[in-house]
Amino acid sequence: MTVHQLSIFIENRSGTLIKVLEALKQAGIQIIASTIADTAEYGIYRLICSEPMRACEELKKANVAVALSDVFAIEIDDQPGRAADAVKTFSEAGISIAYMYSFLLRGKGILVFRTDDNGKAASVITANNLKSISESDLSGLA
Amino acid sequence: MIWNPNKECMSRDEMSALQGKRLHKIVEYVYHNVPFYRNKLQELDIRPDDIQTIEDIKKLPFTTKKDLRDNYPFGLQAAPQSEIIRVHASSGTTGNPTIVGYTRKDIGVWSECMARCLTAYGVTRNDIFSVAYGYGLFTGGLGAHYGVEHLGASVIPAGTGNTEKHLKLIRDLGITGLACTPSYALYLAETMDKLGIRKEDIKLRVGAFGAEPWTENMRKEIEERLGLKGYNIYGLSEVMGPSVSYECQIQHGSHICEDHFYPEIINPTTLEPLPAGQTGELVFTTLTKEGMPVLRYRTRDLCSLMPGTCDCGRTSVRMGRIEGRSDDMLIIRGINVFPSQVESVVLSMPEFAPRYMLVVDRVNNLDTLQVQVEIRQEFFTGVFDTPAAVDQLEKKLAAKLKSVLSIAAKVQLKAPNTIERSQGKSAHVIDKRKL
Amino acid sequence: MSKETNSSALVHSTPRPSREGQGGESAFFNPEVETLSRAEIEALQLERLQQTVRHCMNNEFYRKKFAEMGITPDDIKSLADVRKLPFTTKQDLRDTYPFGMSCVPLRDCVRLHSSSGTTGNPTVILHTQKDLDEWANQVARNLWMVGLRPDDVFQNSSGYGMFTGGLGFQYGAERLGMLTVPAAAGNSLRQIKFIKDFGTTAIHAIPSYVTRLYEVMQQEGVDPRRDTKLKVLAIGAEPHSEEQRKRIEQMMGVKAYNSFGMSEMCGPGVGFECPEQNGLHFWEDYYIVEIVDPETLEPVPDGEIGELVLTTLCREAMPLLRYRTRDLTRVLGRTCPCGRNHIRLDRMRGRSDDMIVLRGVNIFPIQIEKILMQFPEVGTNYLITLVTEDNNDQMIVEVELNEATDDYGKLKGLEQELRHRLGDEILLKPIVRIVAKGTLPVSEGKAVRVVDKRKVFE
Repeated sequence: MTVHQLSIFIENRSGTLIKVLEALKQAGIQIIASTIADTAEYGIYRLICSEPMRACEELKKANVAVALSDVFAIEIDDQPGRAADAVKTFSEAGISIAYMYSFLLRGKGILVFRTDDNGKAASVITANNLKSISESDLSGLA
Repeated sequence: MIWNPNKECMSRDEMSALQGKRLHKIVEYVYHNVPFYRNKLQELDIRPDDIQTIEDIKKLPFTTKKDLRDNYPFGLQAAPQSEIIRVHASSGTTGNPTIVGYTRKDIGVWSECMARCLTAYGVTRNDIFSVAYGYGLFTGGLGAHYGVEHLGASVIPAGTGNTEKHLKLIRDLGITGLACTPSYALYLAETMDKLGIRKEDIKLRVGAFGAEPWTENMRKEIEERLGLKGYNIYGLSEVMGPSVSYECQIQHGSHICEDHFYPEIINPTTLEPLPAGQTGELVFTTLTKEGMPVLRYRTRDLCSLMPGTCDCGRTSVRMGRIEGRSDDMLIIRGINVFPSQVESVVLSMPEFAPRYMLVVDRVNNLDTLQVQVEIRQEFFTGVFDTPAAVDQLEKKLAAKLKSVLSIAAKVQLKAPNTIERSQGKSAHVIDKRKL
Repeated sequence: MSKETNSSALVHSTPRPSREGQGGESAFFNPEVETLSRAEIEALQLERLQQTVRHCMNNEFYRKKFAEMGITPDDIKSLADVRKLPFTTKQDLRDTYPFGMSCVPLRDCVRLHSSSGTTGNPTVILHTQKDLDEWANQVARNLWMVGLRPDDVFQNSSGYGMFTGGLGFQYGAERLGMLTVPAAAGNSLRQIKFIKDFGTTAIHAIPSYVTRLYEVMQQEGVDPRRDTKLKVLAIGAEPHSEEQRKRIEQMMGVKAYNSFGMSEMCGPGVGFECPEQNGLHFWEDYYIVEIVDPETLEPVPDGEIGELVLTTLCREAMPLLRYRTRDLTRVLGRTCPCGRNHIRLDRMRGRSDDMIVLRGVNIFPIQIEKILMQFPEVGTNYLITLVTEDNNDQMIVEVELNEATDDYGKLKGLEQELRHRLGDEILLKPIVRIVAKGTLPVSEGKAVRVVDKRKVFE
């Protein structure tokens, strides 16, 4: 039910981000969504892309500190209040969301997030008929 | 004023005779009490009776930091444990610190040397003297502290940090004397400006500055901004601690307490003694120490010796300013740091590649140390998808570094293969301080 | 010199224990005073109280107070007359800052300790050489009492400098003749290395730090029973329960003895548990102990909890009459199977003011408030939470951000600056959390500023 997110360590100085993006370009990987969690000295660049496994291998070859993390991606209607409704479902089940980002795709909103309890989150998704995006959906999107 | 004119103004002949007598005694003492020295002397076919005059010192073997490391923790200790009442530690070259044990008599001698030093600066029992060196395992704090009490002045054990409160006490208590590193003195001046305290508001008149190299320009700046007279103090824990040598009112070199610590200058490559006036490596032999005496300890400090009677009346030999080091040791906030210590920590953690860089700088007159390390790709896993998780790794390394270095280092994590490989002595150090 | 005549009358000899022959096998460091009968103790106390009160006449603050109350030193005819004397408070020390409580010329003082803080006047405590000698003697007496001897290796993991736990135990342990390691506070990995490498047999630390040490030992695969030579722990300077002590003893596999001290009296050494571990012996040749009701200031009967009030009996530089410690405790007894008839007090049960004791450091909430006020970026609401995290007592200071920002680096910088400034003020670095506006309780009248989630009192 989860998708692979790339988590990449990048230093806060010029040239580090482009190095990662160039490597993905060379490998023909398409970025679907991304966000940077920054601190004063470095950031964790999180991204959802086509072929995450291959992307990871290619980045490793380019000497980038990269890892795969499991995150959820759920689809919601592109209307005010739907994100609040979705998050509330998890919150009421006692699940904490560590981080979240979102993007629009073909008229639908996509929420990407990591929880402190993936098993419990999966059953909440099923029980509430939330539409989650799978890895194969992603490669189809790209 | 001179605290102990009998010793500090002794004629050269008497001093040499005293040194010779004490050298014989100390060699005999270590021969019978320290297996390390007995073996070394036997290898060189030297018996204690072969050492009769101070000139005979040239026959003796050198002692190095490595010898201290190899005999960690108590291998070079000469007195039985029950006679040792204090332990200090300084930086070793790798994970183990250098350990020095003191007997009650050693602490007495140390306090005596400190009292000589403070008296040379013009400190009397009417002074209120603040000790702002670090207390604890570092010799600066407790060493100066016991000396001030021995002299009979009032000691304020300010320690390091908490600068604003320290300044408040300096002003409100009419503190007249200050012992700290020269860079901390400048930081105090800086903080005074920030708080709007003028030098006319305080009564400081004497400063004992040491534990790190400083320049004449720094002295002028400190004197100007704090309104005091700044004196050099020198020492190292392997020999004793602060007050191995000290400046007098003339401020032309630092007088060595040579009835307790015998100095030589050698060529660091050939190890041959150099004539007076030439710059070389400073070597000390402790003549009276009971806890952990050392024979011809190589300090790695480069300087020259100045014989002859000083205008102040003291006859004891003086040493010039430290002009450099014959190894790669750094002095950061008064603490000795070896790049090899950082290496030992980095190598012990598989999360990092075996490459590192020390970046030393001085910001607002405070030394900073940054340690750059590379994240090893294989250890960068999915748990590192938040800055908080990476923070934990950074903290783990910082804690290990602190336990070995005794000072806090700012860790900077670098991506794989981003630290430049360079060769030579400074391969692992970028020192941006202008000294 | 005439001024010094009075003080020299206070000098009393503190002979070292006899070490000849049997290597110091006496159970007492100062047998002649430790084993006095109650009557002898009280006679000694009266004599010294009379000397102390006469000595106080060297000081203007006390002279004025005595005049106001219409008393003279001659009015002290029995030990009960101590109740005729005025109380002294921390406020008195602040009002007379810096040297107004001194009874000797400054040139006779060799040491000064001062409480934390830059806000308001700190308290200043002066010592003559004689005061330091007596202090070291008290500490040595305590350590000897729990079985430590010159062959022992004593590691002092307490803060040095102005904090009295460092220098106090250093001088005391050296006086006893132990190998003393001034390890100072923090740096657990190095502490553990020294415990193993030096064969440390005794540690002095605050109780929460011992728990922390044990935790790091576990992480490092060090078993204190198997891998160390520890036999005694001295714990104090921070409130802790009997349960906490037992847990510490079980973890480390050694006895842990409770130590009481306060900088106004000298520092550590004032009271200490004997091997019976049934209350702390307060040394009555050095202090008169009273327990009073903090409201009425009337004495409470033995066994009832009240505020501890101490009068120094041997101090030269700064004698204190009926000093209100603000610590709550009770009298457990005045005799003991260990052979010492010095009064036994219960472990400290709390405070009669809002002072926080965290990792051995005394903190008043007002200190924190004053620093926060200096930062325009944060609001006036704040919350102090005390928690035990990973066996480590922590202070969390939450403040509200006035204006939102998307600059993480800037926020982090503000957080660090606050942490640094607060650390300078209260001597230990709190965790600072910047929270969104409107999330903390509003300061209306008496807002709750401190939440203590540590489990220290039963």
